[in-house]
Formats: sequence, structure tokens, C-alpha cells
Amino acid sequence: MSLSAKEKVIVKDFFEKVSTRSDEIGAEALARLIVVYPQTKSYFAHWKDLSPKGAPVRKHGITVMGGVYEAVSKIDDLAGGLLTLSELHAFMLRVDPVNFKILSHCILVVLSMLFAEEFTPQIHVAVDKFLALLALALSEKYR
Amino acid sequence: MVEWTDEERAAISDIFSKLDYDEVGQKCLSRCLIVYPWTQRYFGAFGNLYNAEAIMNNPLIAKHGTTVLRGLERALNNMDDIKNTYAELSVLHSEKLHVDPDNFKLLSDCLTIVIAAKMGTTFTPEYQASFQKFLSVVVSALGKQYH
Repeated sequence: MSLSAKEKVIVKDFFEKVSTRSDEIGAEALARLIVVYPQTKSYFAHWKDLSPKGAPVRKHGITVMGGVYEAVSKIDDLAGGLLTLSELHAFMLRVDPVNFKILSHCILVVLSMLFAEEFTPQIHVAVDKFLALLALALSEKYR
Repeated sequence: MVEWTDEERAAISDIFSKLDYDEVGQKCLSRCLIVYPWTQRYFGAFGNLYNAEAIMNNPLIAKHGTTVLRGLERALNNMDDIKNTYAELSVLHSEKLHVDPDNFKLLSDCLTIVIAAKMGTTFTPEYQASFQKFLSVVVSALGKQYH
């Protein structure tokens, strides 16, 4: 499953359109991740404050969303463009790749919540594919 | 036996009370067929599913969406025994409809996203957690009679 030229445009246009709220999207998605999938908190045991509305979760959500936007800018070569991030996740963070899928789902829920009119089924499928390919690129260096 | 807290029961009831089954059913099923096109394999007799517009305007899909939501309402009304409530439905999906049970999860993800669009920020993380727990119990019950 790869992105068609049309889908790349859809993804770039949509993320451009919602970019002014990217911090909010990231913070909300990560908050949902740890509330809806509490097992993901295991990766953040070193944080003093794991409350979904707390500062560490918000800050990290913003970081993660920054990564998503970086991937949008490298949409024509995700594997190549995300090499460093893949190495980070593979060798240092060692996040089980199953979690990429559930974070993607949380991002989709937040996009639907905040942009109900704009997040049509056609945009949904393009963004879902993009996030799946992003996850694949992040898993590139795992083994 | 699935344990439900009072908060979870309240959240799930509240969510259902806000749903127009015709509207949400149609949106959920058509979104599933568009986002996961392989699910169209089960709807060969439903007429034109040629593109997203056709799917979204297809009256048979809309009608079936309502059927699915009415089915979910049965689980809502029998939350303490969804497994047995769904025994016949599970047999139907397995033996007659031959639906791959992985597809139940795809439809439930689409339903979550449609409800998020409808409820906006009132669909809190806690509401999402309760609703997804409900859906996962439903999905498990639907898959129970497969062999």
C-alpha cells in the first residue's frame, strides 16, 4: 500500500490546513494514548507527572506531532527521510511498533474530533495510509 | 464476566443517547467501506460501491448502517451479558455471512471516529476509553462462535 500522487497532495494540504493547531492535536493524541491504552504508560515511567493534562504529556505530544510534520515534509521518501528517527526508536527508545498503530488511531480520533467537517472519509483514508507508512518507516531499523 | 464501573456505564449510555442511528450508522459503515476498501467484499449485492460518492449515497448501505447500530443497542441494553446476547449474531456472521472477524475491529474504529466528529471535545479521553472498552467486548462476543 503506497500513497498515490493525489493522496500525497491530500495529506500535505490537510496537515497544512490544521497546522495552527498542531500542538493541540499532539497533546490531545498523547493524552488519549495513555488514558485509553494505559499499558503505554510503561514507556513514561520516568516522568514524575503522568496526568493526561499535565505538562510532560503535553510537551511530549507536541514533540511527537513535530515528528509527524517532519514526515509530511518528507512524504516522497519516508524511509530515507526518517532514518535518524527510526534509529532513535529502534536502538534507544525501543518502542514496540504495535504502539505506532494505536497512536495513529488516537491521532485520527483527535483529527475527527477537532475537524469534523474537514475530516471526510476520503481524507481519512489518505491520512490513515500516511500514518501507516510513517510507522513502517519508523520501524525500518528495528531488525 | 466483564466488569463495568458506574462511570463507564454512564459514559456509554450518554454516548448512545446522543446518536441518531440512521445518521451515525450510515456514516460509520460508508466510512469503513471507503477507508478499508477490502471490506466491500461482503456487500456485493448492495449495488453501486464504485467510488466514495457512490458509497456515501447508497441507500442499501445507509439502511444496513442503521441495522448495525440497532445491533449495538442490544449490547447496550444487555451490558452484563453481551456474550450470550450476541451468540446468534456471532453464528450468523460466521456461518452465513462469512465475515473475517478482524473486520469487526475496523468497523468499530470507524464508529469511534464518527462519534468523535459528532461529539467534538465532549468525547473526552475517558469517554473514548469507556466506549472502546464497550466495542472491544462487542467485537469479542461477535467472534466467539467462530470455529
